[in-house]
This record gives sequence, structure tokens and C-alpha cells, in this order.
Amino acid sequence: MPRSRKSPILATRRTVLKSVAAGAGLAAMPGFVRYAQAQSSAPIKIGFQVHRTGIGAAYGRWYDRTTTAAVKLINDAGGINGRPVEIIAEDDGTDPKRGAEVVEKFASQHNCDVGYGTLFSHVVMGSAPRAGEIKLPYFVVSEGHHVASGALNRYTLQPGITDVKSQVKSMAPFVMGNLGKKVTMIFPDYAFGHDHRDFFSAAVEANGGQVIEKIAIPPTETSFTKYFPKIPRETEVIYHVMVGPAVLTFVKEMGEFYGPNKPQIFGFIDSLEAVDLNSPGLEFLDGTYFWEGMPRYTQADQNDYDKHYRAAVGVDDNGASVSDPKDVSTFAHMFGCWETLYVIKAGMEAAGYQGPQDRAKLIEAIEAMTDMPHSNEHPQGAKKFNGRTHQVFGPQYISKVEGGKLVVQHTTAIEDGFYPDETDYTTQSF
Amino acid sequence: MSETAKSLAFHGAVVALLVALHFALPAYHHGNLARIMVLAVYAMGFNVLFGYSGLLSLGHAMFFAAGMYGLGLPMQHLGLAAAPALLCGVLAALALGAAVGFLALRTTGVAFMIVTLMFSQAVFLTILYFGEYTRGDEGFVIAQASRAIAGVDLSDSANRYFAALAIFAVGLAVTLRLIHTPFGRVLIAIRENEERTRMLGYDVFAHKLGAVVASAALSGLSGAAYALLFGYAGATFASVQYSIFPLLWVLLGGAGTIIGPFIGTVFMFYLIDISSGLTSAYMLIAGAVLVALTLFARQGLVGELRRRVMPWLP
Repeated sequence: MPRSRKSPILATRRTVLKSVAAGAGLAAMPGFVRYAQAQSSAPIKIGFQVHRTGIGAAYGRWYDRTTTAAVKLINDAGGINGRPVEIIAEDDGTDPKRGAEVVEKFASQHNCDVGYGTLFSHVVMGSAPRAGEIKLPYFVVSEGHHVASGALNRYTLQPGITDVKSQVKSMAPFVMGNLGKKVTMIFPDYAFGHDHRDFFSAAVEANGGQVIEKIAIPPTETSFTKYFPKIPRETEVIYHVMVGPAVLTFVKEMGEFYGPNKPQIFGFIDSLEAVDLNSPGLEFLDGTYFWEGMPRYTQADQNDYDKHYRAAVGVDDNGASVSDPKDVSTFAHMFGCWETLYVIKAGMEAAGYQGPQDRAKLIEAIEAMTDMPHSNEHPQGAKKFNGRTHQVFGPQYISKVEGGKLVVQHTTAIEDGFYPDETDYTTQSF
Repeated sequence: MSETAKSLAFHGAVVALLVALHFALPAYHHGNLARIMVLAVYAMGFNVLFGYSGLLSLGHAMFFAAGMYGLGLPMQHLGLAAAPALLCGVLAALALGAAVGFLALRTTGVAFMIVTLMFSQAVFLTILYFGEYTRGDEGFVIAQASRAIAGVDLSDSANRYFAALAIFAVGLAVTLRLIHTPFGRVLIAIRENEERTRMLGYDVFAHKLGAVVASAALSGLSGAAYALLFGYAGATFASVQYSIFPLLWVLLGGAGTIIGPFIGTVFMFYLIDISSGLTSAYMLIAGAVLVALTLFARQGLVGELRRRVMPWLP
């Protein structure tokens, strides 16, 4: 029989797969009937890229707990579009290569509807290109500036936590107005520290202050005594963002260097996430200030949303696990998981999301979001979402260490963190 | 059938099988195999030095990273096209290999391991130091639009697979050819007995340097291809663990075998992938399997195969 000119000589990979799939489908007819019935009630699968091992493990543990708590509440309230939510967790080892593999696994192995939950910036950077290529909506909870900078793609969003640029920008006026105008910055000598260096320096200058010294500390450093003499005498404020296991040594050695006559000190709580403020050596921090994404300690004017959130996640008034007071949470960041899950829920409901064919609709629905009121869904505070840059903006908290607890001194307005758009993802095609 | 013909037929069949798998594998494993083929070239590069020359480097991540950044930085900052950037990546690794080899080969054994480890750490810290350009640990994304060679979009899964296969085939052909050249035979002689090789009048230093350069170039090719095909360059790939990976892959698959590094990479990839689905303590499972293999298959999977069934396997 003459071969039709239109039929390809070599079967493509897709056609071979289709025939295999069709054959398999026919062979499993009873299962097919079950599948057809399950269409409307099959769970919505959210791939949770979690740092269970590697440097991000402490964060991962609490991101996991927050996610579990939020999903339980969502499911108890009827799920999303009447379908239950199922979390498919995969450890990425806090590694960008494994992160990209996990994203692929979500899309093509687990058939997840979306991917979610990544914290560390390098894992986001390694994974996001693959999410964009395989067209998997990818919701990160990272506070990195990578999303809003335009480096990523239309499928990557950060709707549940603010980015470092807006955090720093909104806090600089408080530091300049209340603590001092001559600042020395101490930061780790890698991308996270450089972001702080660049964004905070710009914000300080914009507020009439001056960064008089920038001390970059190599990430391999374990002792810091040689760096403290570099702090100029006229320094009014020390700004520190040290992260990692050496932070306790850092604070202890700074205390030994200064004794009781210290300048004003302003730090990022990232330094002490999952660390008990009453750990030996941290007494020196009494009277110093911290940025907090969300206040770790229950405040005198606690609102019902905070109360609801703590109870659901299982966190006590000191920001530690209710079952183990020594297990301190990553309270300043993990609310981002909770809020992101509720944004996914709202987005899917607005888009009438049914399955992977509606992924573009879901992204468009979230891009259309603007105001997110302070509520049980957004316990950290009200938010404004910028659909063009895929980045959310919200309040920041500045707290002072008083008697071993962090007491909020100032809450910034959402608008304090605004900066001009650096990209417009909505112009990218799907 | 001569041993050479058998060997050519065997390795040709492996490549043919990989072509066939493109049509048969589900999407997830298809993507994995593309990644594995690229990383296997890294393992092959390591194997040239470790398996065939007897030199154990603990710093090979620096060559992988040299390829990655040799490609990524000019693409990112100078707008260089993908094809010349790929060449740039290989040349960067080759040059670094020549420089490090020249210095590190003044030592042997444990000292060589430590010196290569130190050099690699220096490269890692250099990447962090020049964070303004490299974005340090966070790394940078290589724009999807620029990841194309001769109009072929390498972010497309089928194109990526065949690009990875082409690079893998190049790695396979180069190593297969290398060990049959007089140069390669001298490397094996050095591995077996360095003093005797020197006594026979061969310039051992020059041959070892050649091995380091060839090994670095293959590793760099792998690093550059990884960045190009998967769109990301980051300092993590220059860290110590990425120096240990090729050692594990080669030991598992069989040091001093051509196909061993690939088998080891496949094995290790799926060991982690499957065990991580079973328990969060998957590294414990991986560790136990590695210990068992070391005890019961000392020459690696392909090494054992060669010992028991296929003695002609190169």
C-alpha cells in the first residue's frame, strides 16, 4: 500500500507515547471508569519543595509544619473548588540542581498542579528556569529580590512574603530617625549579604544618612574578632545580617569587644531564626533592634488573626513549638507559606481552576490580585500584590530586645516598601 | 570478532539505546536522562584522571564550574552567543586545568588530593568574591531566549535530550579513543607503575599534565553544557560536594572503564531519587548501598561485569 505523503516515516516520541498510553488505558478499563468519576473530586496536588536536609533544614522543618497546618484548615473548610488539597513534599537538599529535578518531578511524575514553598534564593534560581520551561506555576517563599528583579519568568511568583529590597527600604527611615545616621554594615560576603549592602546603602543615602564602613565577612569565617576593630569610632549604628551557625559566636565576640558601651545595633532576625534569644552569649543583644517579618513573641495588642495562626501551627507565645519550648520557630518567614497557600486557593477559585490546562488562567487570576486584607488568611498583615512584578508588598516590624523578648517598636506602612517596577512579567507569553 | 570491534559495537549500542529511549521514556525520566548524560561527561572527565591515570583529585568541581562560568559569564555580560560561549567554557576549564595541573602535579598521593581540594576551594571563594558579576551563591539564570545554537532551542525537551546525547557521545568517543592512543597507554602504565614508566624513558610529568588538561576539558564541557541546557549557573556547583560526586559516580560505576561513569551516575541519581521518596533519611540508604557496593563489588558495577562476564570491556 502506498504510504500517505502526510504520514511521518518515523514516529515521534509523542505519538509513540500516545499509543503506549492508549494501549495501557484500554487494558485498564475498570480503572478508567474510576478515574472518570474522580475528575471532580480528585485532589489538587501542590508540590512542596522543602529544604529537609542541607543548610535550610531548620527553615524547612517549620515551613513543613506551617504548610501542614494551613492545608488542614483549607481542607476542613471544603478544600479548593470543592476538591481536597494534597501536599506532595520532596526534599531538595537545599541544592539548586536537586531543586530543578524536584520541580520536574512535581510536573511530570506526581502530576502536581503547582509547585510551591522554596526558601533559599539559590534553589529558587536553579529551579525557576525549569518551572518556566515545563509551565508549572511556581510559588516561592524566599524573600529574595530575584522575582521582582525580572530575572525569572511568568510562571514564578512570590505572593506570600515581601522581598529584601522592600524590607530594607521601608526600615531605613526608622533607623535613620531613631538610631543614628552614621552606619557600619556587617554582612556575609555572598549574594544575600550583597543585596543588603546595596539596597540598604541606597536607602540610607535617600534618608540623609551615610554608610561609613561596609565589612564583608567571608562565609567560611568562624571567628570575627579581627573584624570588629574595623568598625569606625564615629559609628552610630551597626547593621548586621549574619546568618548561619557562626552567628552565636559573632554576637558573643561583638559583646566581648564592646562591653557595655555599645553603639546602637540593628539586625535582621534572619540571624537568629530558630535560635532561642535566651541562649548563653546573646545577653549582649538586650536593647538592640531587629527587623522581624512577623513578631515572634506575642505582643500586648495581639490580634485574633495572630492568635488563630499560632494555635493552628502549634506555636506558643514565645514563638516556640507548643510541644517543645526549646524548638524555636522561624516565625519571621514561615507565615509566607500560610499566606501563599491561601493566595493559591483564592487564585484557583477566581480562575475556576480544574486542572493543568488552566495553569495560565491561574497565573492571570493571581496577577489580577491587588489588595489582600489583614485576615486569618493573611495573619502577618494586609498586603498589596503587584501583578506585573509578581511580588507582594506588606508591613514590616521593627522590634527591640527587652528582657529576652522582642517587643515591637514600629510597624511600617505597606507603601514604605514600594519601589519602581523593574520588570513586567505580564508582557511575557505563556 | 576482535575486542576492538566488540567494544565499538557495545558502546555504539549504548548510544543507539539512548536514542531509542528518547521515544520510549515518560517525560520525567526523559528529563532525568538528559541531565544524567551531561553529568556523566563530568564523571568521564574525572575517570580519565582517576581511573586511567591513578590520580585522585578532590577538587574537580573547579573545572566543572570553570566550564559553567566560562559559558555563563560571557553570555550574561557580553551577550555572547551560545555556541562560542560553549567553546569559551571548555577553554576556560582547559586553561585552569593546565595551570592547576602544572602546580598540583609537583605533589603526589594525599598531597595531590589536598592541593586540588584547596585550589577548588579557592575557585569557589573567587566566585563568591566577584559576586557583582557572578551573583555569588545565588547564581544567575541564563535567559531562555539566548539558549539556542543554530536556531535550535535548547530549552525544548527533545532538543535538550539530543544535545545532551551528542555531548555524551563526544565524551564517550574521546575517552574510548584516548585510552587506545599511545598517550593513553602511557597513562595506564603510570597508573600501574609510575617508577617503571619513568625508567622506560617516558616523561611522566608531561603525560600526567596532559591527563589533567583532558580531564578538566571534559569536566568543563559538562559544566558548560549543564548551564546551557538547564539555564542556571551558581556557586554551589563549585562547592566541595560537587567534587565528591564524580568520585562516587566513578567508584560505583567502575573506575577505569569507559561506560562505568555513566552507569554510576544513573545508579546514584535513581538511588537518591527513589530513596528520597521513601524516607527523609535517604542519605542513610544511599550510604548503606555505597558501603555494600564497596564491600561486594570493589571494582564498581561495570568493573564487576568486566571481571565476570565481559573481559574485553575497555
